[in-house]
Amino acid sequence: MITRREFFRFTIKGMAGLAVPLAALELVKPGTLFANRTGAAGVRWIFLVDTYRCVGCGLCVKACKQENEIPYEANVTRTWVERYVLTKDGRLFADTPKGARDGFITDKIELGPGKYQEIKKEEIEKAFFVPKLCNQCENPPCVQVCPVGATYQAPDGVVLVDRTWCIGCGYCIMACPYGVRFFHPVHRVAEKCNFCYHRITKGMRPACVEACPFGARQIGNIRNPADPVAKIIAAERVGVLKDEYGTKPQVYYLGLSKEVK
Amino acid sequence: MVHGEAWTLKELFVYPNEYIYWSIQIVMYPFMTGLVAGAFVLSSLYHVFGIRQLKDMARFSLVFSFALLFVAPMPLMFHLQQPLRGLYVFMTPHFTSAIAAFGIVFSTYGAIVASELWFVYRKHFAETALPLKQKSGKSLIEWIKYLVFCALTLGVYDISEESLKRDEKAVKILAAAGIPVACFLHGYAGFIFGSVKANALWMTPLMPVIFIMSAIVSGIALCMLTYIAAVKLRRLFGSLKNVPQENEGQEVTMIRMTSKYLLLFLIFAITLELLDLIFRGYTAVKSWDVLRSVIYGKDFVNIFILQYTLGNLVPLILFLMPRLTMRRAAIGILLVLFGVFMMRWNVVIGGQAFSLTFAGYMHYHLPLVPHDYETFKEGLGGALLIGLMPFLLFFILTRIFPVFGEEEG
Repeated sequence: MITRREFFRFTIKGMAGLAVPLAALELVKPGTLFANRTGAAGVRWIFLVDTYRCVGCGLCVKACKQENEIPYEANVTRTWVERYVLTKDGRLFADTPKGARDGFITDKIELGPGKYQEIKKEEIEKAFFVPKLCNQCENPPCVQVCPVGATYQAPDGVVLVDRTWCIGCGYCIMACPYGVRFFHPVHRVAEKCNFCYHRITKGMRPACVEACPFGARQIGNIRNPADPVAKIIAAERVGVLKDEYGTKPQVYYLGLSKEVK
Repeated sequence: MVHGEAWTLKELFVYPNEYIYWSIQIVMYPFMTGLVAGAFVLSSLYHVFGIRQLKDMARFSLVFSFALLFVAPMPLMFHLQQPLRGLYVFMTPHFTSAIAAFGIVFSTYGAIVASELWFVYRKHFAETALPLKQKSGKSLIEWIKYLVFCALTLGVYDISEESLKRDEKAVKILAAAGIPVACFLHGYAGFIFGSVKANALWMTPLMPVIFIMSAIVSGIALCMLTYIAAVKLRRLFGSLKNVPQENEGQEVTMIRMTSKYLLLFLIFAITLELLDLIFRGYTAVKSWDVLRSVIYGKDFVNIFILQYTLGNLVPLILFLMPRLTMRRAAIGILLVLFGVFMMRWNVVIGGQAFSLTFAGYMHYHLPLVPHDYETFKEGLGGALLIGLMPFLLFFILTRIFPVFGEEEG
């Protein structure tokens, strides 16, 4: 029969003895392992948006819809362009009619379906365009909240959706602070921008990057020091969207203004 | 048509993909799980804390909790875009997600309620099955009844004094274990919302606690309401038809007793909700401007008139006035239930009433007349269907688990 004193003594000894070899063990995620292997280690996709170059033509949105088979007339889109107008008396207006699929064809600002606000040219203090797309966050909240693991982060940083496994609960849509997710009108599962993963993994550039006539959109690999985009991000003053959420977004902006939502 | 477009009206600057994705069914979901948890806590007041006056109510609310349990996941299934894949949550849970815990919490809770029910009704099963066993020349209905109750006894026919004592002990342990699980079941429903950092209205650590308190309030209220209705119906048509009216005293005492617990939890719930509101206004972080315009502007009627005044303040006064009658209690209860429903509505729909841009709004139009399957299930019809389901299930369950004990004598 073991006494209580002996029991405690054995327990403490045993735990102390186990602690040493257990400390040597490290829990590794398969993704981390994969990323650290030679070859795969070299890629972490990032995106650079030069807002000074964007003219709001909407060719990127059009190209994206066609490339990624998002129904053309559906009022959802993987990427969009926003217009910001600041007046001299300090009022801020912003809109993105149909995600700017057809560009900004009128000077009037959309205030909701069918409602427009006219702003006189001489009243405008500054105005600019901001393209938006998925930020492929380093700490993606959408991946965290998926109840079945249907959305996941690839080792190269891109967040993907498994259309065969998504249950369509919408939790990821709620969790994204950037509003980039939606339900695909045909497949009826969560849908988002993935930097045209089918293209970038074959050495091509995303459809929106190809379509932009002004070079406002660029894709790069931040793990490659020679990459021109990585160089700009390292050397220039770049901003990211909504970093207060701790998502560590990986779409960088040149010329980001405090008015941008 | 994009999902959500049918019932969302946008105003000012809203991102193109934003719609009210979580609609009426997600209002029903926390409402229903809240009722489950509340009903169970009410039944435990007798079993664990030995509050004798609630004996009749204890069995009643336990069976009701069991009926509600099956309804709780239904709104979730209704809302899924891929309902047939709903089982994936149980099969491949992704544990960083709050929803993934559902399978485990829900089945643990279900197991506890089911086993507690079994211990409570074991004597009844055996007493029903034994005489039928001996009876020769059973009719078809008697055969079915015999087989069902035989199966329910799980082969245990020992109803000696000693074994019933052990049953009581088991019930007490299960009821005690059930309270934290019931609170967890609903607290985690609050966590689903409270942990969404992208949503300025939802994100607060108080959310799970607020949800638990209002859950208990709504659960007690629904049990009281069904109890009153059952008593009245039995007086009109059932076994109490010939009992003189004066004997209603026992039931009124029961209702008065239960209403004290309802009040207690109602005050907790209101306090926490007001604390949350005051805290938001006082700290006034980036999102406060848009939240204020929603809370004090667009949703003012929903929040302050329907939820706080009609759903909380009026019933509070009704219950606090002396000499509570069944009728006054029933009115108060209905208002309390409405108030809790409006609280869920104001959280779920109110949380989507403003855009992630903080510079635009979305208005929700509940589809009343459905024009396709989606506007039915995410409209008034789907909500009513879910709302009626527990009563239907409760009626079926009481055929097996009699809630107005014949043995109370």
